[in-house]
Amino acid sequence: MRPFTYERAASAQAAAQAAVAYPNSKFIAGGTNLLDLMKLQIETPTHLIDVNHLGLDRIEKTPDGGLRIGAHVRNTDLAADKVVRRDYAVLSRALVSGASGQLRNKATTAGNLLQRTRCPYFYDMSKPCNKRKPGSGCAAIGGFNRNLAILGASDACIATHPSDMAVAMRLLDARVETVDSHGVTRAVPIAQFHRLPGDTPHIETVLQPGELITAVSLPKPLGGRHLYRKVRDRASYAFANVSVAAVIGDGFQHFAFGGLAHKPWRVEAAEGFSGADAIAEAVLSGARTTPHNAFKTVLTRRTLGAVLREARA
Amino acid sequence: MSDPNDVTRRTLLAGSAVAAGIATAPALAREPVASRKTSSRMTPKMPVSLTVNGQAEALTLDPRVTLLDALREHLHLTGSKKGCDHGQCGACTVIVNGRRINSCLTLAVMHDGDHVTTIEGLGSPEKLHPMQAAFVKHDGFQCGYCTPGQICSSVAMLGEIKDGIPSHVTDDLTHVEFSDSEVRERMSGNICRCAAYPNIIAAIREVHEA
Repeated sequence: MRPFTYERAASAQAAAQAAVAYPNSKFIAGGTNLLDLMKLQIETPTHLIDVNHLGLDRIEKTPDGGLRIGAHVRNTDLAADKVVRRDYAVLSRALVSGASGQLRNKATTAGNLLQRTRCPYFYDMSKPCNKRKPGSGCAAIGGFNRNLAILGASDACIATHPSDMAVAMRLLDARVETVDSHGVTRAVPIAQFHRLPGDTPHIETVLQPGELITAVSLPKPLGGRHLYRKVRDRASYAFANVSVAAVIGDGFQHFAFGGLAHKPWRVEAAEGFSGADAIAEAVLSGARTTPHNAFKTVLTRRTLGAVLREARA
Repeated sequence: MSDPNDVTRRTLLAGSAVAAGIATAPALAREPVASRKTSSRMTPKMPVSLTVNGQAEALTLDPRVTLLDALREHLHLTGSKKGCDHGQCGACTVIVNGRRINSCLTLAVMHDGDHVTTIEGLGSPEKLHPMQAAFVKHDGFQCGYCTPGQICSSVAMLGEIKDGIPSHVTDDLTHVEFSDSEVRERMSGNICRCAAYPNIIAAIREVHEA
């Protein structure tokens, strides 16, 4: 790792102020993604702001019947929370399908949303990557891109977002709550939180410099049947090829998809159709595939079909 | 350790490294290039207090030192192993404040004030932890490199099942119970290159049923 200085922030706003004072700084919470990238010198912050001691580790009901999840609630604790298991089971299911027990014990809610891509060319320092080094090119386009994006990609980047949790959050219409260095707070709908790569794939979210996530809030429970089906190359501990989050109830159905794009993918207009073929066709509209990843269109339709059958069972 | 005839893996390797010096020289010669780059800009060291296996430890560390390196290189607790150093293999698994984590993917300075249990704290050669005894009995390893991580992980994992924490293979999220498939899923963060998996599961099952 490159040398860096380290501090423990005393409050959320103080953390945001420190981030403004040190332009090449990073917040660190679980650290399971950041330290991995720092060891490879893909991330080279000169200052780390430890945000683990801000008291943002609680899950509480909101006045409107929803749930506010502190930014630093660990993935294990969120998946195991009694209210989440009962009322937002799709979120529990998504969380436990990701990573390993050890990583879930460390990884946080906010950090999970901010995970960086697992595109092999992002990790390979000997190859060009517009996300790692803007303007250097994309080795994934025309490279080994079997597990990369088929939706929302650009000529600059075909990386996918690796999170399972974020897919469930997208389906549940979560809002990402933040604070900046002036103490100004805002809540960003998750649909607008992650950006498509366009020609700036290194800018992955709408967070401003120094802006810190303090919580993720969920609206009141949807009811219905909650399912999360993930297809991957191993039975456990692997990123998704395709994943489908679904909540299906009397007269409504919602779907969100992982493994397809630079952000969790949801097409609300598709949710009015019936049957996997029609829904998948609407979701996959505009898909651009390569010979390596064209299988994802078929896999999306079939995984959705399996989810619909399970919901009826 | 006081017996001069007692050759540990560590002293044996230290001796072999000298013998193998010629063969490894090119690799060693390459290494300082990366070190030089970083040593030109040293960051101030920081005090870190840990309780490791019940003992208070006060260290002064570069903030870059991972918890794993603090344990191995500074406290000389070499039971925890460095496999991939990227959180993929689980050989570095230790228990911090009751939770199993990858000690390679966290900084020692982030754990100031924390309680750490390593394989050395679970049992000793004279008094094995039940999980250690079960791994021996069931032949839950071959080369043994992943074993300290497997055992720390197993002990904490049984606690997670007891606490009702669900997993990917839990049918009913509100009802968690022990099964071989639960163990396989929950131990997927610990890789065994020798593939001793069936025997590891047998060892864990025995401890669970005891």
